[in-house]
This record gives sequence, structure tokens and C-alpha cells, in this order.
Amino acid sequence: MELFKILQIWQAALPVLLVGLKITVQLTVIAVLFGSIIGLFVALAKLSNYKLLRYPAIIYIEFFRGSPLLVQLFLFYFGLPQLLGHPVDRFMAAAFVLSLNCGAYIAEIFRAGIQSIERGQMEAARSLGMTHAQAMRHVILPQAFKRVIPPLGNEFIIMLKDTSLVSVIGLADMARTGQLIIANTYRALEIWFLVAIIYIIMTVMISEFFVNRMERRLKAGDRS
Amino acid sequence: MIVAKNIHKSFDQLKVLQGIDLQVKEQEVVVVIGPSGSGKSTFLRCLNLLEEPSDGEITIDGMNVTAKNADINKIRQNVGMVFQRFNLFPHKTAIENITMAPMKVRKLSEQEAQKVARDLLAKVGLQDKENAYPDQLSGGQQQRVAIARALAMKPKVMLFDEPTSALDPEMVGEVLSVMKDLARDGMTMVVVTHEMGFAREVGDRVLFMDEGRVIEEGTPEQIFGNPQNERTRAFLNKIL
Repeated sequence: MELFKILQIWQAALPVLLVGLKITVQLTVIAVLFGSIIGLFVALAKLSNYKLLRYPAIIYIEFFRGSPLLVQLFLFYFGLPQLLGHPVDRFMAAAFVLSLNCGAYIAEIFRAGIQSIERGQMEAARSLGMTHAQAMRHVILPQAFKRVIPPLGNEFIIMLKDTSLVSVIGLADMARTGQLIIANTYRALEIWFLVAIIYIIMTVMISEFFVNRMERRLKAGDRS
Repeated sequence: MIVAKNIHKSFDQLKVLQGIDLQVKEQEVVVVIGPSGSGKSTFLRCLNLLEEPSDGEITIDGMNVTAKNADINKIRQNVGMVFQRFNLFPHKTAIENITMAPMKVRKLSEQEAQKVARDLLAKVGLQDKENAYPDQLSGGQQQRVAIARALAMKPKVMLFDEPTSALDPEMVGEVLSVMKDLARDGMTMVVVTHEMGFAREVGDRVLFMDEGRVIEEGTPEQIFGNPQNERTRAFLNKIL
């Protein structure tokens, strides 16, 4: 009887939760996509010999890694309008902050990946007359990408879960939706359990389909 | 072909090179020997600016390498280098390792570059390995691919930095024999090595280095047969 009741509650809650899930997935995809692009360029900037590139990269990374995501969300959603003179869109603010936050972590992942490639690789490429940029693009980065897939997958999983923080600026992501359902039904245990399961399904999907597959595919041919 | 004058190199307080002079004529094979830590590898790496000399002047094929405005990428196209640890690109097959620089730097088409690469693979005896990845090849095979990779840029000079030191003993011969062929074909070569047999057989001139200086220089017969300097004698006694 008890199980039947739980299933009933879940059945009623699921369609509503899926609406929230849509926001969660959208934000994750945006953050991961832009975060990866930002991260790559910031990593290259941080490794640059030019201070004009290196210092801004360091400041950016330290800011977004050093302060809580929660504070960053407040700052950009409630603080930024003071500067702009008009309110900002919730979703835009969240997507912006999550992308920048994700970018800072991914920059450090890429930096470590690039630095883990033996010096001899760069030397061999340069000794053949390739420019630094050519050596980076054709020799260093392809190898670095392969090495950073596991930490990158980890970061994507963290990002998916961290999107739940956007509820603090009133965005109805999955976690926030769960909260709202509980406010109406008082079924905290059942609903939070369901929310957790949906998150787990998503993160398992990331690690299975993305990380394991990519790792296997990139390993084909080269076992080093 | 190569003129190096008064090359100095320091890492912080450590003086690794203390005034090296070297002239290498076209088609000449110069072998540099000496105890580890004598600066011979550092000197070799200065010649294509993998290390920047602290002082001194280097000219290769009439181009000033050490000038402030030197086009180092252009110069390096003429100076092939073979490393102790091969440094093949592990994510590329043997033939891709060889075609990469000709395609990206010399802007050859893929077909042209592959033709060059296949000729070179045949030359180093690895025509059947073009699609192998580096980790599917033995050390000796990897080093031969690395030599082919350097040759694909059609360099005027080849630098060898202890090319057989990381190899199992039974693979040393195959690499040395490729290098001998290269010398016979008239390649200008500077070789840092511990292979005294090679130095004797192929070298036109042998340099003995110690503590960042050239201690003695001469034909292989002079250096191995009748070394003048005590340190040269002591070194040769230890290793021969």
C-alpha cells in the first residue's frame, strides 16, 4: 500500500519536475559549452608569456573559483542592475554566471592538461619549424584534450548539480520545482528522493555516454 | 655551414657553456663526446635555439641564428633535430608524424607530403610501418621514424642529441646504420653520442667537451689513437 502511495505521489510530481528539469538541462548545456570555450582560451592566456594576457586570466580564475557560486549569483542578479540601471533577466544572469564559473574551473583543467604534456613534444614540433601556435594546435592540444576528459567529465557533473543554486534568484529549476511541490503536498521525503534520483540519472548519463565513450573513442589507435 | 663563436650558456649561477667555438663545413660529420654534464647536449640545443645562448654568435647556412630579429622558424626548417627520447607525436601514425611539418610549415599538399614520407620510411627501412602509432613501434623503430620526420623538412644540417642512449642495446645498430647512410649521402651532421665506434667510423672530426669547454678536437684517429689532453685520456680510458 505504502509503495503504491509513493508511486502515486511520484506520478503526480514527475510532469512538474520535468518542467524544472528543462531549465536545469538548458543551464547545464549552456554553462558547459561556453565554459569549455572560455576555459580553453583562458588556459592559453594563463600559460602565455605576455603579462597582459596572463594577469587578467589569473584574476578571472581566482575570482570565480575563489568566491562561492551563491555569492556570484547574487552579485550578478541583484548587484549588476545597480550598475546597469535596469533589472537583468533571471535566466540570462544565471547562464552568464554559471558559464563564467564553469570556465574558471575548466581553464585550470585545461592548463594542467597542457602542462602535463612532456616538454619534448613542444621541442620536437618547434625544431621542425612549426610556430608556437601550430605546435599548440596540432601537437599539444590534441594530446591534452585526451588527458583532461576524466576531470572535464567530473566538472560537467559538478556543474549539473550546481545549477540547483539558481533557485536563490528565483529560477524554477528542478530543485526549486521540487521545493514548490513539497510546499503544496508536504511530501518532503518522497519528492526530494525523486529529485535526487533524477539528478543521479543525469550524472550517470554524463559519465557513461560522454566520458566513457569519448575516452574509448579517443583511445582507439593510441594506447599511450 | 655552421659557425658558432664563443657560445656561453648559464642557468642562473650555473655556467654550463663557457665559450664554445665550432665550425662545421658542408657534408662534414662532427661528433661531440664527453662526460655527462659536460654541456654537449646544451651546446647542441643552442644551435637551433632550443636553448638561448647567454652570449656568442651562431650562423647556420649564412643565416644569423642569434640575431635579435632572426626568423627562428625559418632557420629551424633547415636544421633537423633528433632527440634522445624520440619525441614522436603519440597521437599520430608514423606517416602522419612525418607529413605534419611539411604540410603545416612548407605547405605541401597531403599527397606530396605522403610521397616524401613514404620515400623516407623506405630509406629508414620502415615502409611497412606507415600506419603504426609510435607506441606500437620498438624504440629503434621510433627513432628511425623520428629521423625520417626530421629529414622530411629537407634540412641542410642534422643535429643528433644522444640518439641511441635511450635504446635497448640490440636496437642501437639499426639507428646507427641509418645515420651512417645519411653521412654517406653527404648530410652535414653534428652528433652528440657515447657510441665511440660510430664516432671513429663516421666522424670527420671529434670534439671532446668537459665542464662547458672544448678540451680537445681532432680527427678520430688523433682523439682515439693519440689523445693529447689528460682529461680526454682519462675519459676514453673509462669508456673504451
